[in-house]
Amino acid sequence: MGFWNFVLNFWTELGAWVGNVLSGWGLPPWAVNLIADVLGVLVLVVIGVAAVLIFTPMERKVIARMQDRPGPNRVWPYGLLQAIPDAIKMLTKEDIVPEKADRQLHMLAPILVVIPSLLVYAVLPWGPRIIGQDLNVGVLYIVAISTIHILAVLIAAWGSDNKFALLSAFRVVNQLLAYEVPMILSILAVVLFTKTMSTQGIVEAQTLPYFLVMPIAGFVFLVCALAETNRSPNDLLEADSELVAGYMVEYSGMKFAMFFIAEYVNMFASAILLSTLFLGGYKFFGLENAAPVLTPFIVFGKASFVIFLMLWFRATFPRMRFDHLVGFSWKFLVPLSLVNLILAGIAVKIPVADPRWEPWVQGGVMAIASLVIIAATAWILNRTARKLEGAPALKRIVAAER
Amino acid sequence: MNVSQGVFILLSAVVLIGAAGVVLHRNLFRAALFLILSFVGVSGLYILLEAELLAMVQLLLYVGAIAILIVFAIMVSRQLMSPQFRDRNEQWVGGLLVAVVLFAVLAFILLQVNWPTAEAAVPEDAIAQLGQALVEGDQFVLPFEVASVLLMVALVGAVIIAREK
Repeated sequence: MGFWNFVLNFWTELGAWVGNVLSGWGLPPWAVNLIADVLGVLVLVVIGVAAVLIFTPMERKVIARMQDRPGPNRVWPYGLLQAIPDAIKMLTKEDIVPEKADRQLHMLAPILVVIPSLLVYAVLPWGPRIIGQDLNVGVLYIVAISTIHILAVLIAAWGSDNKFALLSAFRVVNQLLAYEVPMILSILAVVLFTKTMSTQGIVEAQTLPYFLVMPIAGFVFLVCALAETNRSPNDLLEADSELVAGYMVEYSGMKFAMFFIAEYVNMFASAILLSTLFLGGYKFFGLENAAPVLTPFIVFGKASFVIFLMLWFRATFPRMRFDHLVGFSWKFLVPLSLVNLILAGIAVKIPVADPRWEPWVQGGVMAIASLVIIAATAWILNRTARKLEGAPALKRIVAAER
Repeated sequence: MNVSQGVFILLSAVVLIGAAGVVLHRNLFRAALFLILSFVGVSGLYILLEAELLAMVQLLLYVGAIAILIVFAIMVSRQLMSPQFRDRNEQWVGGLLVAVVLFAVLAFILLQVNWPTAEAAVPEDAIAQLGQALVEGDQFVLPFEVASVLLMVALVGAVIIAREK
């Protein structure tokens, strides 16, 4: 029994064991806490960076399969270890700094781009009490920290002194700020329902996964996460057919690899955030109570599913034109998420006599209202498309294509 | 001296170095980066005061929005970065005067006011209380709504100015 208890609560037991060993060495409590904290930070950073090694092979294989080609298949097994020779190649490449570049800023940008991506991991919950730091402003912290990413891109572009990089910097302000607004509005709807901004509290409050309760917010958040992580079809900052590689065009070797790492660390973080906010985080049909040892794997599984969705988007959609991308945010996502926010505000105020039924009644009302809004949106879009079909300009284009 | 005092001195040094960098650095882009360093230091001070919400809003609004717009504006106006650009104009006497007077007034106030210190710890639900206070009829609902109307006016004005004729 004791053994099973140990296995089922492995992570908390591990934490207690490390604490006991350190105190056993005769260290004072503050030193024990300090060492335990440093170990925790190391684990979180390693998880973040390990995401690169896990998700690059996944991305290449999955997209290859979707595009009906084998993908990398040389490095054993099935090309899954392709990331290792790639990393060695990166490390051995020459480090080039352009002659007219601002040397110090050029160096600063690759460092600054990774820091916010890793800082986000501090508040992502891996299980009940398995979290770096359960801040009571957790979600706001994530949003605030991620804005430093924009700054890093601006510094990279400026420090490179390259026209393509500068064009990319003009886009970053437009695109990332535009998509931050609907993203915050959809998070706000979740926070209204949970009445807390702590990521742990949001998971605990989800009796129903919120993508069932508020599908609109979930959809808006997914689209914004795609844009914020700068992934195709929204990768306009580095659109290779227009801007070569955008803000990272002058970077080579390990400094380029830092941008690459930051992209995957970001992608994994927003996948975890999406599963925390909308897919129930570490909850999985009561399994989190039966076997707490499995909660990190549940989170990982859900995050992998979200990343699979992102790859699916990438393989399916062509890159959007820039004005369409920004217009899509301001004219479609922002009004939609505002409507969703108003609905959430009304739904949480519905009085329910029995507190046990509260999430079900309020969630049900919210879900039905969301479905009505989705149907109305689809109807409006369909009508507009039909009107455009008859527009003379479009007719000319269609005729020319034929 | 305890730990929080040490952290305070460190953060104050960051804020002051950043602020000095803003006025002393000749390269405008770097001056803007120093401004961001100063903002980050201020948000650190808020965390030290256990005002996490304020710290996050400081990061989100000042670093995430205002500073980035400043950096963006500097990048767009190339002229600012040329070596011929003079960093003072004919109004420097007036500017100096205003700065000295402002500094004198602030220093006077800082020395005069008997700063009250709260003995009680920050309550657990401080953020919830703040949210309640902003929408409660007998507290801050009027300033809150007036501020939102002001923002709305600015938003509509910006759209009207930017709209193509």
